[in-house]
Amino acid sequence: MNQEKNQAILQAAAEAVAAPQIASRSPWADARRRFLRNKAAVVSLVLLSLIALACIFGPMFLPHQFDTTDWDAMGLAPTLHNMHLFGTDEMGRDLLVRTLIGGRISLFVGLMATLASVTLGILWGATAGFLGGRVDSIMMRIVDMMYAVPYLLIAILMVTLLGREFYLVVLTITVFSWMDMARVVRGQTLSLKSKEFIEAARCIGVPVHKQILRHIVPNLLGIVVIYTTITVPGVILTESVLSFLGLGVQEPMTSWGVLIHDGAAVMENTPWMLLFPGVMLSLTLYCANYIGDGMRDALDPKDR
Amino acid sequence: MTLLRVNNLGVDFATHDGLVSAVNGVSFELDRGQTLGIVGESGSGKSQTVLAMMGLLAKNGQARGEVLFEGQNLLGMSTRELNRIRGNRVAMIFQDPMTSLNPYLTVERQMTEVLELHKNMTRRAAKTRAIELLEAVKIPEAARRVDMYPHEFSGGMRQRVMIAMALLCEPEVLIADEPTTALDVTVQAQIITLMQELQRDFGTAIVMITHDLGVVAGLCDRVMVMYGGRVMEQGSAEQIFYQPTHPYTVGLLGALPRLDHDGDTLVSIPGNPPNMAHMPAGCAFCERCTLAEARCHSERPALQTLEGGILRACHKSLAEVSQLKEMSHVG
Amino acid sequence: MSVETATVAERQPILSVRDLKVHFKVKHDKGWLPSTRTLKAVDGISFDLYAGETLGIVGESGCGKSTLSRGILNLIPATGGEIVWLGRELHKAGAKEWQAVRREVQMIFQDPLASLDPRMTVAQIIAEPLHTHYPELGKDEVMRRVRVMMQRVGLTEQQINRYPHEFSGGQCQRIGIARALILQPKLIICDEPVSALDVSIQAQIINLLKELQQEMGLALIFIAHDLAVVKHISDRILVMYLGREMELAEKHALYDQPKHPYTKALLSAIPIPDPELERKKTIQILQGDLPSPIDPPSGCVFRTRCPQAQPLCAEQQPQLRVVNARTQVSCLLATSEQVA
Repeated sequence: MNQEKNQAILQAAAEAVAAPQIASRSPWADARRRFLRNKAAVVSLVLLSLIALACIFGPMFLPHQFDTTDWDAMGLAPTLHNMHLFGTDEMGRDLLVRTLIGGRISLFVGLMATLASVTLGILWGATAGFLGGRVDSIMMRIVDMMYAVPYLLIAILMVTLLGREFYLVVLTITVFSWMDMARVVRGQTLSLKSKEFIEAARCIGVPVHKQILRHIVPNLLGIVVIYTTITVPGVILTESVLSFLGLGVQEPMTSWGVLIHDGAAVMENTPWMLLFPGVMLSLTLYCANYIGDGMRDALDPKDR
Repeated sequence: MTLLRVNNLGVDFATHDGLVSAVNGVSFELDRGQTLGIVGESGSGKSQTVLAMMGLLAKNGQARGEVLFEGQNLLGMSTRELNRIRGNRVAMIFQDPMTSLNPYLTVERQMTEVLELHKNMTRRAAKTRAIELLEAVKIPEAARRVDMYPHEFSGGMRQRVMIAMALLCEPEVLIADEPTTALDVTVQAQIITLMQELQRDFGTAIVMITHDLGVVAGLCDRVMVMYGGRVMEQGSAEQIFYQPTHPYTVGLLGALPRLDHDGDTLVSIPGNPPNMAHMPAGCAFCERCTLAEARCHSERPALQTLEGGILRACHKSLAEVSQLKEMSHVG
Repeated sequence: MSVETATVAERQPILSVRDLKVHFKVKHDKGWLPSTRTLKAVDGISFDLYAGETLGIVGESGCGKSTLSRGILNLIPATGGEIVWLGRELHKAGAKEWQAVRREVQMIFQDPLASLDPRMTVAQIIAEPLHTHYPELGKDEVMRRVRVMMQRVGLTEQQINRYPHEFSGGQCQRIGIARALILQPKLIICDEPVSALDVSIQAQIINLLKELQQEMGLALIFIAHDLAVVKHISDRILVMYLGREMELAEKHALYDQPKHPYTKALLSAIPIPDPELERKKTIQILQGDLPSPIDPPSGCVFRTRCPQAQPLCAEQQPQLRVVNARTQVSCLLATSEQVA
């Protein structure tokens, strides 16, 4: 308790220090200030941006195509020869380009699936939280059921039935990653609903839809941002797992998961084929996690 | 030898925006059987003062000065040495009893543990002692209730359990940090009466921290009024209540809603609570003081001893302050 | 039951509450089958409120005073009883009628910071009632009214674009008051508006409310747990215990001659900031704990802790009745006094 008390005092003190100089700081500006103070998160953000930029624009500036074979260089270790900086695979394809192109797919799948699952999660959770009662119980039991479904089994089933399609990967991941968000949003909505400022709005006579739009949604945003940043790495990892198991994108198109799968098969002879995609994926995941941590500390300072 | 003597105690916190002083220059003495009231509003540093004394400051907090318990300085002690005194000879109770009671252990286990540790008692003897103490704090059916968990007690009962636990080792000093703030007035009355009786029976010295001047009036021999981390005034309860010499004390007494006066108007203190990171160079209270002059803003008043043992930190003359008091009573 | 006292007989109440009940269904886990039991948070409260008057409602935690205020405002649906506001029967009112009432009755909350949306600026917060009820008002007019109101409650214009977390508790409560007043209501229900504030700030807020009340002819319902605070603002005081009325009396009558044993205990428990008086006074210590509102005692709900309880008290439920011109009390043992 004492620590909490102290922290509250310090918080007040810290905020008071900045108060006279700046006319007004919105909670968002405050969060940005706290985020920028977190070195690990800022470095991660820069690094992740660099990775994303490299994935998007890198292949344009490299002399190789991701699916063309360099007959002079098959299974080559990293070398300056012909600019194969990451080396090539046993089919003579440039690994750097393939890693970047794979990164495009992995990041894109991650982004799309996150977006879709976050949207679904917010809608589901907010509806359950607002309506409450029986509707809430039924909706949350469905969430519980979803947790119980073995997602790999379903993924294999879907791929077998419908073939290996890009959109299927996104869909599969979405279907199995929205539940966390739904739970969090529901909980937050429930707690917001009982806050005094919502009571004040009801007392004023603010119509229900405006209560939701003006008071509930803006106050949900913080937690949504936090959970989104936490969801991204999970989704990218899921994509890699699916690809690793041969359920992801199809050759010659590739992703980090596919590259790691291929690399793992030949790691005794050509370890760089596992190393580079593996390092890229780990870096991305590390960065995303640090950014998520930074976001949480920035937006929810009491929860540290 | 004085039982407890605090010399020039200060507390600093390292924050993102530099060092913030939460407490400065607090000194007092406490003898056996005496009660000292520390009065102040939020941000006055009253809680940090006692936390510093007990070595319970947050990690970024640093205490200065001396806290002499029977001549030994508590501030320089190792945690191990401190633990021999803390909870044993100096005990503390908090505003929210649930924070210091372990919800997963029965009251019996929590009480006997202390006795086994500090007094080398057997479990059986410790339990008998625990029941005795629960009876002393007037918990009905103590023998049965001793085996219950904290959440099975009501708020007032929990605070009694806390007091019983604090008294387990018959401490010489009991520090109570707003022990009745979270309680209803009728329950508060029960707890205060209980503390008075216990002090009479055990001769414990009490440091009572509160924002409620009414509680102080009934319980305390000496009163220390704090504002913005500094001592404004210190004296006997009679002196503080009947002849306050500091404008802040006068203001506090005027602002208090009370049953014993017929007047309807409360004399409020203008302005907002102190901001620890932006304390004025002069008197901590100068920004809200109606008597403040240029000197009050620039020069910090020193704590001076007046006739009758009152300590006060104020530049203004006694006549001006007593005039202020007259005005606030008429108003 | 009507209030037939001499001082108020000629006036018409603006708000009449009759036998108001707010009950909650609570899950009861004991036993094999899930069952629900009824928690009677407010159980048969009646009072009248007159224009420009302040009614203090006092009781300890769990007495139902906050639930009562929310029941009156339909923030929590009432289980039974009647509420008449300026001739309109609110217990039968539809959404449209309620919307009109919300313009006239406002509320101030206990936790000043929690009652303000953390993501809105002061201007947005204070303007929200205007946006809701007078959407036709122009932006400039809204801001002008917000500025006037801010000044009135003691906030400066420079603070208009700040966020609630940048203010102290007392200032936040001023923002809450400004929001409640901007529609120029006739009644404000204050739910423990000062209990979270420091003493010196409490006095500021109480004085501000009194000033505003006189200026605008407001009626106030002022809820508090502390009889000393209520004394400085109320004309009449209602004392509650376990969802029921114990005593309803004019201020001076209540403080000088409390009739109900609970009122007496409550008064004696308040510490007096005067060492001599405080040490000399006898406190009537209430024994035991508050009974559970799920399973209240039979007859008089206070009897389990009442120093004067008789066997009769367990059998009969006392009703609020007039004992003299200024006091109504619900105690079987209170004797009626003949009014000269």
